[in-house]
Amino acid sequence: MKITAIARNTFKEAKRDRVLYLLFFFAAICLLFSRFLALLTVGDRVKIIKDVGLASIQLFGMLMAILMGTGLVYKEIDKKTIFTLLAKPIHRVEFLLGKFLGLVLTIFIMTVLMAIIFLLILFLHTFTIEWSILLAILYIFFELCLMTAVALLFSTFTTPILASLYSLGFYLIGHLSWSLEMLIKKVKSGAGRAILRLLYIVLPDLENFNFKTEVVHHLPIPTKLLGISFFYGLVYTAFLLILSMLIFRRRDFI
Amino acid sequence: MAKVLELEQVYKAYRFGFIPKKKQILKGVSFYVNEGEIFGYLGPNGAGKTTTIKCILNLIFPDAGRITIFGEDSLKPKARQRVGFLPENPYFYDYLTGREFLTFYADLLGLHGQSKIEKIAYLLRLVGMERAADLQLRKYSRGMLQRIGLAQALLNDPALVILDEPMGGLDPIGRKEFRDIIVNLKKEGKTVFLSSHILQDIEMICDRVAIILAGEIINQGYLGDLISEKVLYTEVTIAGLPAAEFNHLGESVSTSGNRVLLKVYEESKIDQVISLVQQKKGKIISLMPRTETLEDIFVNMVKNQ
Ligand SMILES: Nc1ncnc2c1ncn2[C@@H]1O[C@H](COP(=O)(O)OP(=O)(O)OP(=O)(O)O)[C@@H](O)[C@H]1O
Ligand SMILES: [Mg+2]
Repeated sequence: MKITAIARNTFKEAKRDRVLYLLFFFAAICLLFSRFLALLTVGDRVKIIKDVGLASIQLFGMLMAILMGTGLVYKEIDKKTIFTLLAKPIHRVEFLLGKFLGLVLTIFIMTVLMAIIFLLILFLHTFTIEWSILLAILYIFFELCLMTAVALLFSTFTTPILASLYSLGFYLIGHLSWSLEMLIKKVKSGAGRAILRLLYIVLPDLENFNFKTEVVHHLPIPTKLLGISFFYGLVYTAFLLILSMLIFRRRDFI
Repeated sequence: MAKVLELEQVYKAYRFGFIPKKKQILKGVSFYVNEGEIFGYLGPNGAGKTTTIKCILNLIFPDAGRITIFGEDSLKPKARQRVGFLPENPYFYDYLTGREFLTFYADLLGLHGQSKIEKIAYLLRLVGMERAADLQLRKYSRGMLQRIGLAQALLNDPALVILDEPMGGLDPIGRKEFRDIIVNLKKEGKTVFLSSHILQDIEMICDRVAIILAGEIINQGYLGDLISEKVLYTEVTIAGLPAAEFNHLGESVSTSGNRVLLKVYEESKIDQVISLVQQKKGKIISLMPRTETLEDIFVNMVKNQ
């Protein structure tokens, strides 16, 4: 398969990237640090470990997705390796999908590694394993997949630095747009509300993937909500990939 | 004869800058390549050779015009099914070894199993890279990259091989090897399209050529038709006599030691030179008629434009 061949090579290339190991190293330090932080606090120490741990996985996972995602396609264009690749009888769509899948595989493995460290630290503290934690991590992973698609989209038309900044902006908006939903409820119905609603639909809402509070505080999570979030991630990621393809399809590689 | 590749009135402009400025690179390029021939695409630096090739391969999209490969519109990936391509300064994944690199591309082309392994081994042998097969590409020299690049272009057993400056970066032996490989490709029934400005190479192996200058094709056709068999002048090297003796017969170009190199333009004067040398007890070292070369044509055309 052409897509899997490209995905495999992307994974191979990502594996060699020092940035990935640097971020992983910092993530590990933060995870360990949560343990010490817990020692210093009074009150629910397990909660601190969980809070800091999940936040670290999310933060460093996001940085990995953005930095890898914006770098890899650009590098292929910049180093002109794309010339021989696209001269082969492959669709540009296949190239982009292969890149995406290779990156997702990389992010998946990194998430698993971070999760293992996190669960180990948690286990050493509590001597139990809470499987619900894995659910929170799984949804962090879904968010990371979406962020990979975002990074890929920006890297199809701009330099890695700009693409990283745009992606970071997207991430921040994505985590603040829930406030828009609050606003909609307060505004009287009419044109203003319609505009806000449209804005809310177009803007990403990454809080949809946030089950950290529920998991940390042992709150019930409705299955329906899990389903909706998963579906939201799927559709939004597909939308981003299609957008990237439309840009990439007609691009000149001078 | 079937046309393997045909370009009709291809135009391409690049736009750059913050406020885009247009630069017309290809100004209506048309030519065709017949099945089974070696076609040379000549032009000075910056004429648009690489740009044309990128249009053919869909790396860039022409603003206007039509390109067909095996009768198929070049916009379809299917048209590239039987095409192999070597870019001008091959850039490859430098972290892969030669063998890994070829394996990756073989996977892309859907080769698998024993036939894949055999094909790769065969190509490594063909381009003389067996010993460097397990070395990372970052440790390759330019000529070695060129060789592995050629192997990559031949992976899918292409019926049309497109080579952009294939001899660039090669030593004289490498150039000869590449020429032999290209001629062999022709013998196998493949069509070869190559761009170059090393005219001797083209003259030695090409059947037909097109000459591009500043984005326009200014001449194309069979090499034999472009180059006349007419003798331009005859070079006579004479020993033991002063150059002044021959001033009325031709132009003495250089004298070194006791030798004179004489350019004789009229055929009738050659006999006079010979008898004069015999009469004065001199010696003729060599006598060589010079016919027109591709270089003469090329230089003339570029001057005339
Ligand atoms: N990346 C680029 N950005 C801007 N202009 C370019 C770029 N690449 C090529 N050009 C312009 O396009 C024109 C044609 O370039 P092209 O590479 O097709 O020439 P060429 O015939 O292959 O030359 P050479 O023999 O040096 O390889 C040149 O005048 C050059 O200025
Ligand atoms: Mg060129």
